[in-house]
Amino acid sequence: MFDNIDLSMVNWSRGQFALTAMYHWIFVPLTLGLSFILAFMESWYVKTGDERWKRITKFWMTLFGVNFAIGVATGIILEFEFGTNWSNYSWFVGDIFGAPLAIEGIMAFFIESTFIAVMFFGWNKVSKKFHLVSTWLVAIGANLSALWILVANAWMQNPVGTQFNPEKARNEMSNFWDVILSPVASTKFIHTITSGFVLASIFVIGVSAWFLLKKRELFMARRSILVASIFGLLSSLVLILTGDTSARQISKIQPMKFAAIEGLYTGKEQAGLVVVGILSPERGDTAGIGNNDFVFRIEIPKILSYMASGSFDAFVPGINDMLYGNSERGIIPAQEKIERGRVARETLAAFKKAKDTEDTAAYNLLKNKFYDTEFKEDYFRYFGYGFLNDINGLVPNVPLTFYSFHIMVGLGFYFVLFFILFLVLLFRNKIENRRFMLRLAVFTIPLAYIATMTGWVVAEVGRQPWTIQDLLPVMAATSHIDATSVQVTFWLFAALFTALFIAEVQIMFKQIRLGPKEGRK
Amino acid sequence: MSYTVLQHYWWAIISILGSVLAFLMFVQGGQTLIYTLGKTEDERTIIVNSLGRKWEFTFTTLVTFGGAFFASFPLFYSTSFGGAYWVWLAILFCFIIQAISYEFRSKPNNVFGHKTYEVFLFINGALGTFLIGTAIGTFFNGSQFSVNFANISNTGNPVISRWEVHSRGLEAALNIHNLSLGITVFFLARILGLLYFMNNIENEPVLVRARKQLLSNFIPFLAVFLFFVAWLLLKHGYGYHPETKVVSLVKYKYLHNFIEMPLVGLLFLAGTLLVLYGIIKSLLASYTKGIWFSGIGTVLVVFSLFAVAGYNHTAYYPSDFDLQSSLTIENSSSSRYTLTIMSYVSLLVPFVIAYIFYAWKSINDKKINLDEIKEESHVY
Repeated sequence: MFDNIDLSMVNWSRGQFALTAMYHWIFVPLTLGLSFILAFMESWYVKTGDERWKRITKFWMTLFGVNFAIGVATGIILEFEFGTNWSNYSWFVGDIFGAPLAIEGIMAFFIESTFIAVMFFGWNKVSKKFHLVSTWLVAIGANLSALWILVANAWMQNPVGTQFNPEKARNEMSNFWDVILSPVASTKFIHTITSGFVLASIFVIGVSAWFLLKKRELFMARRSILVASIFGLLSSLVLILTGDTSARQISKIQPMKFAAIEGLYTGKEQAGLVVVGILSPERGDTAGIGNNDFVFRIEIPKILSYMASGSFDAFVPGINDMLYGNSERGIIPAQEKIERGRVARETLAAFKKAKDTEDTAAYNLLKNKFYDTEFKEDYFRYFGYGFLNDINGLVPNVPLTFYSFHIMVGLGFYFVLFFILFLVLLFRNKIENRRFMLRLAVFTIPLAYIATMTGWVVAEVGRQPWTIQDLLPVMAATSHIDATSVQVTFWLFAALFTALFIAEVQIMFKQIRLGPKEGRK
Repeated sequence: MSYTVLQHYWWAIISILGSVLAFLMFVQGGQTLIYTLGKTEDERTIIVNSLGRKWEFTFTTLVTFGGAFFASFPLFYSTSFGGAYWVWLAILFCFIIQAISYEFRSKPNNVFGHKTYEVFLFINGALGTFLIGTAIGTFFNGSQFSVNFANISNTGNPVISRWEVHSRGLEAALNIHNLSLGITVFFLARILGLLYFMNNIENEPVLVRARKQLLSNFIPFLAVFLFFVAWLLLKHGYGYHPETKVVSLVKYKYLHNFIEMPLVGLLFLAGTLLVLYGIIKSLLASYTKGIWFSGIGTVLVVFSLFAVAGYNHTAYYPSDFDLQSSLTIENSSSSRYTLTIMSYVSLLVPFVIAYIFYAWKSINDKKINLDEIKEESHVY
C-alpha cells in the first residue's frame, strides 16, 4: 500500500506541520487570555478613572503586542501548509474545511487587526469608551478566530454534516449547522480558549510575583494578581468541566485515542483511572498484552468507566478490542473495517470506470450507493481504512499520548490549587512575605506552557493515523512533493522560528525588567 | 442563486480580495524605500511607524484571500500550493519575517539589532511583491500539473493533483511574461508606497526624496506594465467550450475577453487612467492625495485582470502539461451548498469595511511626524 508515496516525505511533512503548530501555540494562548485580562483592567480604569489602572493596562499591553506579532506570523504558515503539504486533504475535504478558515478571516481577523490599531495608537486620539470597546473587540476577535479554526479541527476529529460526492471524489458540506454546532466543536472551543485563559493568568501572576520579589511596582503586581487569580480560577474550573465532557466525547467518537490516553489494552467493566503510572517498556506488539501493561500504577477504581459513559460499571474498550474486535460488545475487528473500506474504495473505482466507459446503468447504480444510508453506514464510513494494510498502524503512539494526557490533567488540577492559594494570600494581605509562593509562581509559568502543549499532543498524536477520523489517513492526505524539499523547508522553518522565539523571549524579559513605561526612570 | 452564478460571484470576491491586496501592498513597496527615503534614524523611524500602522491590513487581507480561495476554489489550493511548493513557501518566508519586524525593531534587547529587522522588511517588500506577481502570472501562462480525481482510489499513490516538473513552481520565473508581471507589481507597490508617504507623513526631507523617487520608479513601471499588457492582449489564452468543457488554446483570448466583457474592459481602462493620474498629478504639483486615485485605479486594474483570467469560459489556472487538467471556476469550485453558505457570510464584508473605515478615521486624522511618534506609547 502507498507504493509510490515517499513515506519519509510524509513524516517530514508531519514534522513540519507539528513544528509550526507547536511554535504557533507557544504564542496564541497568551494572546487569547491576556486580551481579556487587558479588557478587564481597562474596564476598571474607565469605571474608576484611576490612572494607575491605565498604567497597569498599558504595561501588559506592551507584552501583548510583542507576543501577538509572532503568533500572527506562525499562524499564516499553518493556513498555507494545508495546501503546500497536504494537497490531497485540501481537495478531499476542502469543501468543508475551507469555509471556517474563510469565515475566520472575514469575521475575526479584521476585527482583531482593526481594533488592535485603535488599542495601541488610540489612547490620545479616541474617547475612553471607544478605546475600551476596541480593547474588548480585540479580545473577542482573537477568541472568535480561535472558534473557527477549532470548529475546523473538531470536524477533522468528528466529521459530521458531510456527504461524499463520487463525481468529484471529495466530501461536501451537507449541513453547516451540524459542522459549527457539533458538540465536539463547542467543547473543543471552550476547553482550548480556557486553557489560554489559564496560561495567561499564570503568566500575569508569575510576572507580578517577580515584581513582588524585587519589591517593585507593588500596586501593579497586587492588582494584577487579583485580576488574574479570579480569571484563572474561574477558567480552570471550566477547563476541568470541559475536559471531562471532552473525555466522554472522545470515548464515543475516538475510542482508540481514549484507550491510548489511559494505556488500556484490554477493555473492561468498572475500569479504573490511572492517576500515576509507568507503562511497561516491553510493549510494542499489541497482541496478547493484558495485565502487564504497567510497571507501576496508582488507580482510582471505576472512574474511567464513569468518565467514558457516566456509569461506574460501564465497559470501556481497550486497544486490543478495537484491533481484534469484541463480538460480545459489538465491536468490529479492524481487519473487517479495512475490508469494508476497500469495498468503498473499489466501488468508487468502479464508478469512475463506468463513467469513463459511459456505462450509464452501472454509473447510476454505483453513484446512488454513495447516497444510500446503508452503504454509507456499513462501508463508506470506513473509507479511510481501505488505504491501510496493517491493523497495528491504527494504534497511535501510546506512551506519548498517555504521558501527555497525565501531565496535562495533573497540571490542570495543580493550577486550580495555585489560583486558590494566591487568592487566599492576597485577601489575607500576606502575599509579599511568602517568597516561596512568589518563586513558585514564577516557576509555574513554564508549567502552564507544558500543560497546554501536552493537551495538543493528546489531541493530535492520539488521533493518528487519521487526518480525518476514519475517512483519510495521513499517508493519503499528502502532496506530490519530494522528501528533500520538505526537509529543507523543515530546517529553514526550525531555524527561523527558533531565532524569532529567542528574540521574542529576550524582548519580553527586557520589557518586564523595564516595567511600565510611565514613571520609568 | 444557481451554481454558475455562485461560482461567478465567488470569483468576483476572490478578484476583489486580490485587487485590494494589490493596493495594500503599498506597505511592502514602502518597506523597500526605508533607506532610500530615510537618511537619518529619525526619518527611518517615521517611515517605519507610518507603514507599521497599516501592515496588519495587508497581512489580514492576504490571510483572508488564502482562506477565501480555499473555501471557494479548493482545487486551486490543492493544486497550486501543493505543486508550486517552492514559490509559495518562499512567499510565506517573506511574510513571517515581516510580521515580527515591526514589533521587534525598536524594542531593546531584540537580539539581532534594528538593522536586521529593516533588512527583513526590505526582503518582504522586494521579494514578496515580485514573487506574488510572478505566481499570478501563471494564471495567464500556465503551469506543469495534472489533475485526476480517479487517483483517490489508487492506494499506490492517491494524490489527485500532481506537479509534473521537479522545479516545484520555480519554473514560473523562466517565463518572461510572468516575470514582467512580477516586476510590474514590485514597481507598482513602490509607487503606491511613495504616494502613501506623501499623504501620511509630515517631514519635508522625506517628502522631497519621495517625489524624486516617484519619477524614477514610474518610468520602469510604465515600461514593464505596457509590455505585460501588450503581451497579454496578443497572446494565446486558455478557453473552454461552454458545453463540452474541453479546454483549448484560443488566439487572442484575453483581448477577446476584454472586448466580449466591455464592462471589464472599461474598468481596466479607467483603472489604468486613475493609476496614471494619481502618479502624474503627484509628480507635477505638491499633491498629496495621489494614493487614492492610484489606489482605486490599482483595485480596478487588478480586478479586471482577475476577471479576464477566470470569466468568459477561461481557464484561470491553466495546465500546459495537460490542457484538460486546467482549472476553471466551474471545475475547481466548492459545492453549491458551501458557496451559498459562504455567500451569506460575504454579506458581512460591507459591515467590515464600514468599521475599518470608522476606526481608522478616528485615529488617523493627523499626519505622522516625529512629535506625534514621541507622544505615542507604542512605537515601532
